[in-house]
Amino acid sequence: MSRGVGAELARRAAAVIAGVFLIVASSQGLDDHGQLENPALQARYEHITQQLRCLVCQNETIADSDAELAAELRDEVRQMLIAGKSDAAIYRFMRARYGEFVLYDPPLDARTIFIWGAPFALLLIGGIVIYRVLRVRSRMPLDDEQEAGPK
Amino acid sequence: MWKWKFVLPIVAFLALIVLFAFGLNPKRDLHYLPSPLIGKPAPQFALSDVLDPNRIVSNGALKGHVYVFNVWATWCGACREEHETLLAISRQNVVPILGLDWNDQRDRAQQWLQQLGNPYQGVGFDDKGRVAINWGVYGAPETYLIDRQGRILYKHIAPMTMNVWNKQFLPRIAAARRGGA
Amino acid sequence: MIPELGMFALILGLLLAMAQAFFGLVGAWREDPAWMSVARPAVAGQFVFVATGFACLVHSFVVNDFSVLYVANNSNTELPLFYRVAAVWGAHEGSLLLWVTILAIWSLAVAAFSRGLPPRFASRVLGVLGLVSTGFLLFTLWTSNPFKRLIPAAADGASLNPILQDFALSIHPPMLYTGYVGFSVAFAFAVAAMLEGRLDQAWAKWTRPWTICAWIFQTIGITLGSWWAYYELGWGGWWFWDPVENASFMPWLIGTALIHSLSVTEKRGIFKSWTLLLAIFAFSLSLIGTFLVRSGVLVSVHSFATDPKRGLFILAGLLVTIGGSLGLYAWRAPKLYVPGGFELFSREFFILVNNVLLVSVAGLVLWGTLAPLFYELLGIGKISVGPPVFNLMFLVPMLPMMVFLAIGMHSAWRRGKLSVAAKPIWWLLAAGLVIALAVQRWIYGSVHLVSMVGLAFGIWIMFSSLLEPLQRWRKGQRMTAAVAGMAIAHFGVGMFAIGVSTVNTYKIEKDAAMKPGAVFSIAGYDFKFVSAHDVAGPNYEAVQALVTVTHDGKLVATLKPQKRHFAVQQTDNSHAAIAVNAGRDLFVAMGDPLGDGAWSMRIQYKPLVRYVWLGALVMAIGGAVAASDKRYRVKAPVTTAEAIAPPPKPDPAPGVA
Repeated sequence: MSRGVGAELARRAAAVIAGVFLIVASSQGLDDHGQLENPALQARYEHITQQLRCLVCQNETIADSDAELAAELRDEVRQMLIAGKSDAAIYRFMRARYGEFVLYDPPLDARTIFIWGAPFALLLIGGIVIYRVLRVRSRMPLDDEQEAGPK
Repeated sequence: MWKWKFVLPIVAFLALIVLFAFGLNPKRDLHYLPSPLIGKPAPQFALSDVLDPNRIVSNGALKGHVYVFNVWATWCGACREEHETLLAISRQNVVPILGLDWNDQRDRAQQWLQQLGNPYQGVGFDDKGRVAINWGVYGAPETYLIDRQGRILYKHIAPMTMNVWNKQFLPRIAAARRGGA
Repeated sequence: MIPELGMFALILGLLLAMAQAFFGLVGAWREDPAWMSVARPAVAGQFVFVATGFACLVHSFVVNDFSVLYVANNSNTELPLFYRVAAVWGAHEGSLLLWVTILAIWSLAVAAFSRGLPPRFASRVLGVLGLVSTGFLLFTLWTSNPFKRLIPAAADGASLNPILQDFALSIHPPMLYTGYVGFSVAFAFAVAAMLEGRLDQAWAKWTRPWTICAWIFQTIGITLGSWWAYYELGWGGWWFWDPVENASFMPWLIGTALIHSLSVTEKRGIFKSWTLLLAIFAFSLSLIGTFLVRSGVLVSVHSFATDPKRGLFILAGLLVTIGGSLGLYAWRAPKLYVPGGFELFSREFFILVNNVLLVSVAGLVLWGTLAPLFYELLGIGKISVGPPVFNLMFLVPMLPMMVFLAIGMHSAWRRGKLSVAAKPIWWLLAAGLVIALAVQRWIYGSVHLVSMVGLAFGIWIMFSSLLEPLQRWRKGQRMTAAVAGMAIAHFGVGMFAIGVSTVNTYKIEKDAAMKPGAVFSIAGYDFKFVSAHDVAGPNYEAVQALVTVTHDGKLVATLKPQKRHFAVQQTDNSHAAIAVNAGRDLFVAMGDPLGDGAWSMRIQYKPLVRYVWLGALVMAIGGAVAASDKRYRVKAPVTTAEAIAPPPKPDPAPGVA
């Protein structure tokens, strides 16, 4: 197998096939372009690349991945920011090509409500459980005769 | 004293088991991503040809034709695996095959095509991966089927096999020709 | 020869585990003392043979026996001895053997320290542990034999993944597994109690120290893993909500709830069925975590090589173990209800809240981890659930949790009256808010509401946990291990909260392209890339950069990050350099050479990140102190009759969890 530009991909594929204990994060996907000149753009760049999932890797953001595709997607984000695209437009661009899988921060909609709403739903259920247990238990005898004295 | 709430844990657990059993289904491909581009117009591209840098390969020229679009690279082992199949398909002469050489080096790609044979009508050289991003490519090899209106009908993410070709591609090609006539 | 001996030892271990399960459970059922008395020696024998098997695998690694497939895949003659030993658990087969070995050690400990328990109950506990051992030994021998031969033998091995060649990560799996497996003891106690059909306060007293011990190991294991990810993966993050991390976090959360709920059952005899359920859940989630990590149903950063046969085997195991115990639960638990009242804001109430919230977090993490699979099953698309979602899932229950914790430490059993020591509690909250606001405003330069509240609550919890010990010290009262342990552990929670709220808000992570001589500044620190030169390690070549860090012109650190190249695996690995002080970490990792002497560098400023791990370690220390409490060393009642109705004892330390 030639070790070309995408050798990293090939190595991973080979590792999967060979059935080796696999931790893909052998090195990080560092930018070799330097900072964007506009600090506000750079901050947005850093944020957006943290929210997009690398597609070829196991479970990494495109900011953290050293895969070729991740580097290209980072570059795409950078170019779109320079071209003045909004964050929403960039997420739309990615979603239109790779589907919702690419978004680590899934937008709130009818389907994801079960994910985003879960913490609040559970808090509510938990509150009801606590209320009901307390209502029953607070009517029961405290049976604390033995410690009623000196304490 | 029977209370439903004591049965709740085992019911929830059995639901979990169903979910896990689905996850273990050998037919399930963990890394398969359905493409949101199915049914949408295929992204246009114009790239220099791998073999002849002065020639421009574009899918615009195939408007009005059903064609196959195959993404490959020399660093991709599975692409080597499917190459024979692609050659056999091209010999069938059913539809033109357009290639995209993804994130590759030109000399290697040229050598590949010269040594192994060339099933493609033209191969766009996408060393920056820009065109691949527009197509939502995430792992070579990927093979797309495009209809006469230039819409993506189908995407196959794995090495092409004769079985896939006969079962997934040929019927769709026939239908596309009937429908688009 | 040695590998075959190891394999043979494991088979004998399996047979003894089966004997342990059979005689332990059936003997107890028949109430046959002769049969029951077989369980203990069977445990000892099982331990000896499993340990022998483990030693054989270690031996194969130490002597570089590349005729063993597993050794050839995971070791190399160039690998230093320490990592050759650590490589034993570097992949699936060996780590499973480690798991089985640790289970044998726990079983041995239970066998040794259960002589004070009623014989029938002890026999059942050992029997259940024998069943679990049987399952795991079968799994090892059938699907994951580490002794499989490679013929012809390899000339040299493929070696251990470079990022696993690290001290913290070498001891991380043994620690974590000791925790995971330790919950099997609480599980066995729970199942044994359900088989007995009765559960009393003495049961909670026997179970609690075992649970705390397992919890301590798991806390340390998770902490080591997080710390390792921080400095070794080169990203500078310490928690990624990856399925493998969630797999370890869920049993930990349930274990934490269990420790608290056990204290209520121990003290009041109530919450019995709930405590049982938590004991089942803690171990169930350990097993489910094993399934998720080793079956390949989820995409994870760290995943084992997968094999459908293994997944199916574990799934069958889950069905038997968890399904069986939950079925038993549905049958027996309804009879365990004990009336016993308590008021709002009593100790019982606060622990109830603690349990509901901890279980909520565990449930949410499980849901977040499995939601992508669930959506795929329903055919409504492939989605990703990432850190933004998990952070919300963690935060929503945890913010109220911190309030209840700060106050609940001072609650009394039964009555909703706080202790005298809690008098300044609201002043301390005010102090926490003022300090948090001031720290954010003046030290970090900007105020962020949520993280400010988190910081304030963290400070509040730390203050609050000091109140009771201070009160006792001032009044010359006795300090029990239980009180001290609780104070220490909760102080750790506060430290953790302070660390998390601060580092997640004020961290700065930058990637820069730097040439020698270039300076990059973040948070008032000037990082100067002085030079780069080649160095050689035991089994790698590296480029080492020299980076000096100055603050206001004064040198604060000289950092030497390395980019290592491992020739055997043909992989590169970035080794970060970190300067630590009480207030922050300064982190530099090397990326790729950019030509012309330039390198890409990841430069980070991580305020208070150490408090995340320190907090967790302090929690573990608190657990250890609490587990050392005298009441757990009191010899338990010997006869079953006594165990069913323990004499009510006056509580030496009211208000102790």
